[in-house]
Amino acid sequence: MTMTDTPTPLNRLGRLMIDQPLLPLIGLLILLVAVLAILNPGVLSMFWAGNTIKIAIPLAMLAACQTLTMLTGGIDLSVGTVATIAAYLTATLAPMIGVPPAIAIALAAAVVIGLVNGFGIAVCRVHPLIMTLGTALIATGCLLVYQRYVIATGVLIPDFLIWLGTGKTGGLPNSLVLFVPFAALIIWAQRRSGFGRLLYAIGANEAAARLSGVRVWQVHLALYTLSSLIAGVTGLLYLGQIKTASLSLALPLDLPSVAAAVIGGTSIFGGRGGFGGTIVGALILTVLTSMLTLMQIPEGGRRILFGLIILAVTALFIRLTDRS
Amino acid sequence: MPETAAVLDATGVAKRFGAVQALKNASLQVGPGQVVALMGANGAGKSTFVKILTGVLKPDSGHVRIRGRESTVTNPAGARKWGLVPVYQEPSLIPDLSVADNLRLGDTALEPFRHWVAELGLPDLDPEAMIRSLPLASLRIVDLARALAIEPDVLLLDELTAALPTDLVERVLRTVRAQADAGRSVIYISHRFTEIAAICDRATVLRDGLTVGDVAIEPGIEERIVEMMLGGAVAAAMTETRPAGAASTETPRLSVRNLKTGTRLTDVSFDLHKGEVLGVVALEGQGQDELFDTLAGQRKASAGTVEVDGAAQTFTHPADAIAAGLTLVPGDRAHALFMSRSVRENIAVPLLARFRNWGAIRMADEAAKVTSAIETLQIDTRAQGEVRRLSGGNQQKVTIARWIAKGVQTLLLFDPTRGIDIRTKRQIYALVRDLADQGAAILYYTSELAEIRLACDRAVVIFNGRVVDVIDAKDADEQTLMRAAYGLTEKAPA
Repeated sequence: MTMTDTPTPLNRLGRLMIDQPLLPLIGLLILLVAVLAILNPGVLSMFWAGNTIKIAIPLAMLAACQTLTMLTGGIDLSVGTVATIAAYLTATLAPMIGVPPAIAIALAAAVVIGLVNGFGIAVCRVHPLIMTLGTALIATGCLLVYQRYVIATGVLIPDFLIWLGTGKTGGLPNSLVLFVPFAALIIWAQRRSGFGRLLYAIGANEAAARLSGVRVWQVHLALYTLSSLIAGVTGLLYLGQIKTASLSLALPLDLPSVAAAVIGGTSIFGGRGGFGGTIVGALILTVLTSMLTLMQIPEGGRRILFGLIILAVTALFIRLTDRS
Repeated sequence: MPETAAVLDATGVAKRFGAVQALKNASLQVGPGQVVALMGANGAGKSTFVKILTGVLKPDSGHVRIRGRESTVTNPAGARKWGLVPVYQEPSLIPDLSVADNLRLGDTALEPFRHWVAELGLPDLDPEAMIRSLPLASLRIVDLARALAIEPDVLLLDELTAALPTDLVERVLRTVRAQADAGRSVIYISHRFTEIAAICDRATVLRDGLTVGDVAIEPGIEERIVEMMLGGAVAAAMTETRPAGAASTETPRLSVRNLKTGTRLTDVSFDLHKGEVLGVVALEGQGQDELFDTLAGQRKASAGTVEVDGAAQTFTHPADAIAAGLTLVPGDRAHALFMSRSVRENIAVPLLARFRNWGAIRMADEAAKVTSAIETLQIDTRAQGEVRRLSGGNQQKVTIARWIAKGVQTLLLFDPTRGIDIRTKRQIYALVRDLADQGAAILYYTSELAEIRLACDRAVVIFNGRVVDVIDAKDADEQTLMRAAYGLTEKAPA
């Protein structure tokens, strides 16, 4: 015997996952939905689908921040804080100064945090993990100070945010009006804009990017500012969805946003992945949560299972894609 | 056991990566007391074969045995227990540990190591020295001495002498031959025929994933090996020498005066004209790295001037150098490539680097430029989805193609043919000449002296951080260059 060149089925699956990462992810999503349907017959409905999408959208948008930063080998752990601050500022300032100025200030605050992140990472070369955690802490502190000294005359959640966050039209959530163009833009930009390509290049080999004439600090500065801006907009959307202004509104989304990007096939080491997979990753997480909730597992067990499933899926994907 | 029984016996080894059948049927036998050269053009499957021999990869079929034992190797550490120790072009040492700590990690005794380091010409090496602080040439010696101290059944040496100073090369070769004479087995991988003629008993030649020949080394065998590697084609056109270009009186494209960078590059001046290929000859560590890094904007000069088309330039970032038309192809491909990205993305990055190009990419325009660069360089694009899957020669072509797509004005090539096969080398010589004929200016450092005649019009020789000689291509035989590189021809300063 001289030649056997048929790769094992596992190898083939691994190759498929590199070349067409969306297919196995969508397969997994369908599998989860099927399991859910078997465990809870009759749960699947247009109403359920609409709700799942509605809940997945803010997660997917924050996961967009993780996807973009992870492509360069970075991460943005301040997104939950930024979203919370944007939401809180909007809700508390709107009664005093009107809705448009409140939103402008909220988004400006998000951009400032992003610029600080970008400056620290791009110019001072602080590791993104440390930098974004640090600014998140500082920003949370500032929010507490704000809450204490600015006497809010009340909380106003703008009607159009409630429409966007909770409303449905023909069974589909209105937030798709924001999300579909947003997702289309990101997916287009990651392959077909110079900025998007540079994210992959920097993640794959920063020194080589520099050698090719890329001023890496400019990309980092723009990237983290963009990431914060996306987080700020997500905060507004989330405010409309949750309909309360709290000091920890979006914080629980921080780690799931990282998980969604990782499950979606974006490498935390940079250079590989994309937002398409992240969207499916966010849907998988949302379906998983709703499954565990419907199974009426107590909170503790739910968290343990959630963590285990994320780890298992991620480990499986990494193993399969490394084989080939 | 009869004397003819092979110590290492690899037979019928095959390996496929996705669409690429890297190895079809590779075989290699090494007997006791033998040094066997493993040869093959880049893309012939040599790297894959080595990875299988060392246990980094598992073959799809075929077997590898040492002293009759089947390989159960699953990792490089396992290969060592099994009896095979590799030494690579890039030393596998941990930079932040001392020499002695690296030995301990590998469970290697210090005494035999000291013996071999001294034998190899570095008797003063301090075992407490950090790996990071040692020059590359010393690291290769450390790596080799470590392998020798393990006393393996089979020693695998992969491009060990590439860019090593000549005196060390001689010692290394002598030591390797002595190992074989003492009964051990060595697999020797090199592109240098002189070394193979000096120490090898046989050569096994790979082409397109097949072992196509196993010949005894004898005078005149080089031509046959080249034929086997090339498969009969492209065997001519090697001896033509370049007509020296007429000295130009116009403003030079690049004019360097009294350039000083760091401690190694002390005082270098030269002019490079449009249409000229200027060779740079230097032994390891004479300041050539600093020269290229400075011209490419990677490092700052501490003194001296660089003028491009008569205008003084200061580079603080590679982008500045690129804006002035100076583009670098570095010696180490891994520093230049985005391994996990496609060929197209790799080539297109310089087109997108500047802020004003961050918006929508004109895809048709980009595709045209990339395709034309790929065609110019004849890059094998069967595995273009990820550059890491390309052969070394094709990877090197991608690093050059990037600047062709961008438009070449002044190309800084740092040892562009290091570790690649003869066919690709010839393509690169021809390409360099074409680019120069189209008006580009090219600075060409090479660690292979024979290339000066084949690729360059003139060569500046750098020794101890200074230009010590300028030699026309027609006079640039290896002996002349070697004497100059050692500083033997330097005229007393006027």
